[in-house]
Formats: sequence, structure tokens, C-alpha cells
Amino acid sequence: MSAPTTSRARAYLSRRYHLSASHRLHVDSFTTEQNRAAYGKCNNPYGHGHNYTIEVTLAGPIHPATGMVCDLAALDSFAQTNLLTVFDHMNLNTLAPFRDRVPTTENFTVEIARIFQTFPHAELTRVRVEETSNNSFEYTLRPAPQTAAQTTTKG
Amino acid sequence: MVLLTRKAEFSAAHYYWNDAWTPEENARVFGKCANRNGHGHNYTLEVTVAGEVDPVTGFVVDLKQLKDILEQEVVSVYDHRNLNLEVPEFAAHIPTTENIAVAIWNRLDGKIPNAKLHRVRVYELADLFADYYGEQA
Repeated sequence: MSAPTTSRARAYLSRRYHLSASHRLHVDSFTTEQNRAAYGKCNNPYGHGHNYTIEVTLAGPIHPATGMVCDLAALDSFAQTNLLTVFDHMNLNTLAPFRDRVPTTENFTVEIARIFQTFPHAELTRVRVEETSNNSFEYTLRPAPQTAAQTTTKG
Repeated sequence: MVLLTRKAEFSAAHYYWNDAWTPEENARVFGKCANRNGHGHNYTLEVTVAGEVDPVTGFVVDLKQLKDILEQEVVSVYDHRNLNLEVPEFAAHIPTTENIAVAIWNRLDGKIPNAKLHRVRVYELADLFADYYGEQA
């Protein structure tokens, strides 16, 4: 039998959400040629879309009464209100965060981090956004713990 | 140093219940997870170990050996079990994804020859997982 679990151990909880949205990568201060050069087919004036997967990681002590870092229902409700309702089936270019910023997935990732930093029940440490199964973007607020190179083996 | 990750899968039943609370409080906090008849998941375990590459074998650890350790220490104990009723560490701790990650860490810590446990990741669903890196200073 193993040792009992640590009652206030710090754990990292990750939850993935899915949303679909359209966007167009275009910078007003660029010429037509510069936009074409920078963004290629993503500059199509009529836009295009993706099925985005949003992975948020939250850290905190495991609450001894619930065994949880935070209430998953509270996190899902927060995500529904502040992520899915805002962005799902929308044109990102038309939304306030992207009035003055091109809606690349880099900028989208940083915006999602800004949103989840206001979740009151656990600390956001990382946001990862998959734009397609081939492209993903990460924004780290607090790096995951590192393991020292020295190895130890107990009997 | 190189990190190496090995996956394993187990299927188990659990429920969430805090004996110190009334049934109403349990239902309010844990929702449908508080059904005392239990429900189940196909869990995926990812164990990441850190170590130096052995100059002769080219391995950080022998994967067969790591697979056998995961089987013996975790899968044989958790697979097709009711975690609340049949796995000793969950007599006093609710088998949430977070606590399962900590419990698996405690089962494996110090048992991997020539490598150090770096991370235990437990997927309860493809869209929900917990990571534990041991006690941090």
C-alpha cells in the first residue's frame, strides 16, 4: 500500500473546450501586397474558419474536503460565459479584443489567458490553443516545475 | 537529461462523497458524481520520467521494465476496480482526478531505476486531465 496522499498537494488541472470561429488575418497599415506576403491565403477578404481547441491549465492546492483544485462546474460555467458565448460561431475580427489587433491564434491565445486570469478559484498557469491538428500555440504564465538532472533511486 | 513518457490505461468506477457533509451538500458540490452507486471512466495514465541516456543501451530507462512497474504498481490495482471501495488510498481521499494523480505519484516515486519521476498525468476524459509533479519546495 502506498503512502497516503498529501492533503494540500499542489496539482495542475487542465480542461479542453471546443469552439468554431472565422477570422481574416489582415493589417490595415499594410499594403495589399504586404498583407498577401505576410498572411497568404489567411488574408482572403471573405475570411475562413477553424475548429479551435482551447486547453487551459489551472494550478492550486488540492482542497482536502473536495479533492479538487477547483470546482469543475464553476470552471465550465465560467468558460461558457466568458469563452464559448463570446467566441463560438463568431467572426473574431468583429469582436472588441480584435478591433486593433489581428486575430492570429497567438493573439487569440493571449486574449484567452487574459480572460481566464480573472477566474477566481485557481491560478491560470498556461493556455494552449490548437487552431488545427497541425498548429498549436501556448502562452505560459507560470512554467511547470522542472526536474533536476540528478537521479535518485530509493531501495 | 531526457524526459521519457509511457502511457497506460485502466478502467475503473468511482464516486465523489465527503462523509462530513450532508447528502444535500454532497449533491450540491459534486452533482451527478455524488451518485453512490458509482460511475466509471476509461482513464489514461501518462508517466514521465527524467534521466540521463545510458551511453551503452541508449535508454533513459528500459521501457519494458517501466511498463511492468506501471502494471504492477498501478494498473493491476486500479483496473476494473471500484476506486472508493477497493483501493486503500481512497478510503480517506476522494478519488478525484487530482487525487488519483497524487496517489499514482506516491505509488511510483522512488521505484523507477536510474530515473526520477517528473510528472504524472491522469486523463479522466480526453478533455479533462490532472498533472502532479510531486511536492514542490
